Amino acid sequence: MSTVMPILQVEALKIRRGGVQVIDLPRFSVATEQKVAVIGPNGAGKSSFLLGLACLIARDGGRISFNGSEVTKRDENAYRRQIAMVFQEPLLFDTTVLDNVAEGLRIRGTKRSEARELGMESLELFKIGHLAGRSAHKLSGGEAQRVSLARAFAVKPKLILMDEPFSSLDLPTRIVLAEDLGRILHESGTAAIIATHDRIEALRVVDRLVVMDKGTIVQEGSPAEVMENPVNSFVAAFRRTTVHTTK
Amino acid sequence: MELILDGFITALKLIFSLDREVLEVTLLSLRISCSATLASLFLGIPFGVFLALAAFPGRRFVISLVNTGMGLPPVVVGLFVTIFLWRNGPMGFLEILYTPLAMVLAQTVIATPIVTGITIASIQNLPSNLKLQVRALGATRLQTVWILVRESRLPLLAAVMAGFGGVISEVGASIMVGGNIKGQTRVLTTATVMETGKGNFDVAIALSLILLSLAFGVNYLLTVIQQRERPR
Repeated sequence: MSTVMPILQVEALKIRRGGVQVIDLPRFSVATEQKVAVIGPNGAGKSSFLLGLACLIARDGGRISFNGSEVTKRDENAYRRQIAMVFQEPLLFDTTVLDNVAEGLRIRGTKRSEARELGMESLELFKIGHLAGRSAHKLSGGEAQRVSLARAFAVKPKLILMDEPFSSLDLPTRIVLAEDLGRILHESGTAAIIATHDRIEALRVVDRLVVMDKGTIVQEGSPAEVMENPVNSFVAAFRRTTVHTTK
Repeated sequence: MELILDGFITALKLIFSLDREVLEVTLLSLRISCSATLASLFLGIPFGVFLALAAFPGRRFVISLVNTGMGLPPVVVGLFVTIFLWRNGPMGFLEILYTPLAMVLAQTVIATPIVTGITIASIQNLPSNLKLQVRALGATRLQTVWILVRESRLPLLAAVMAGFGGVISEVGASIMVGGNIKGQTRVLTTATVMETGKGNFDVAIALSLILLSLAFGVNYLLTVIQQRERPR
């Protein structure tokens, strides 16, 4: 269940990439433990939005507050150490699965043995403890994305940003992984923002849908509210595919 | 044909009898080229990483210069290092011309652009979002650089091989800044040139065989490390 207290607040966020305004967002917030899906057509600005929220690309203007405190340029790294981000590609390091999952903790100065112990817990959470000693570059797509998620959860983030994390996976793998992710997010009480094209991710995992187009939010609400009143053809198409695949 | 055969026989005798002079020349070659390779790694890897990751005006021009430097003719390097170290040159006060140190310096100049160029290519070949992923994990700038270098370690071994291969086999710079002084600056390549000039083909062949064996041995070792690390 989401609560009123926002963990992340954004005001007047503006981002330009390659000389083009890609994000122009007057206001956006995520409550503690809330799970939000950001949907929208290609080029809507979803990836830039997430990169901007993680302070991984420069913003032209605007204010990001996390847990009630503004994230200034100086605080960006400390802020990133309280959140996590999962990309479309797993982007695993050329080492073992366990060392990959422990990497975020090692970066934070956790001792190797403790980092590996916590990493193992995170692998077990995603049901891939048996892969711990394997080379991360020898995994299947589904396994690799599970490792990527386990790495993100190992640091126990308060907020996790996910940029189309399952888009390169086949449908059965996507369904199973989305269910596991939904369960873990709810059990851990981690707030999440998932940029997606995928109805499975959007509807099985989240409790709020945000529709983005041309770098701004054009509709938001509960998944049911958004599906019942599609603001544009993209949402309408999204709804149609949803109807055919309802749980 | 007989000349070559005799040369090989004498060469093998010289090698297996551990001829003192041949041994000295071999060890000095190894010492100078390993030192130069090491120095070029210290200079070339950080510079390569900087050029691969930083954004500044003129970056492409600098990378073009580095790429051009990858094919620097050793004689040109030898000429300029000699001028710099010449008694009246800008660094003449160091008084290191015709010493092994001058040879290390010249070989470092040859190997550094090779190491830098391969480092740039290695870092740029990493997945484009990997740097963002590392930063997203909370890494500082220094940690990010370290992780990216670690992820490039296999291609960077190629930089070590190319750097070492480039300097162990060069003769132009070594002869110009070292002077091929017996017992002081004579290395395998300069000795081979000299012995060939004197018509001592057996000794020249022996030195060449050792040179080839050294180059092969070092590269074999690095290849074993590289292939053992590579996921199959």
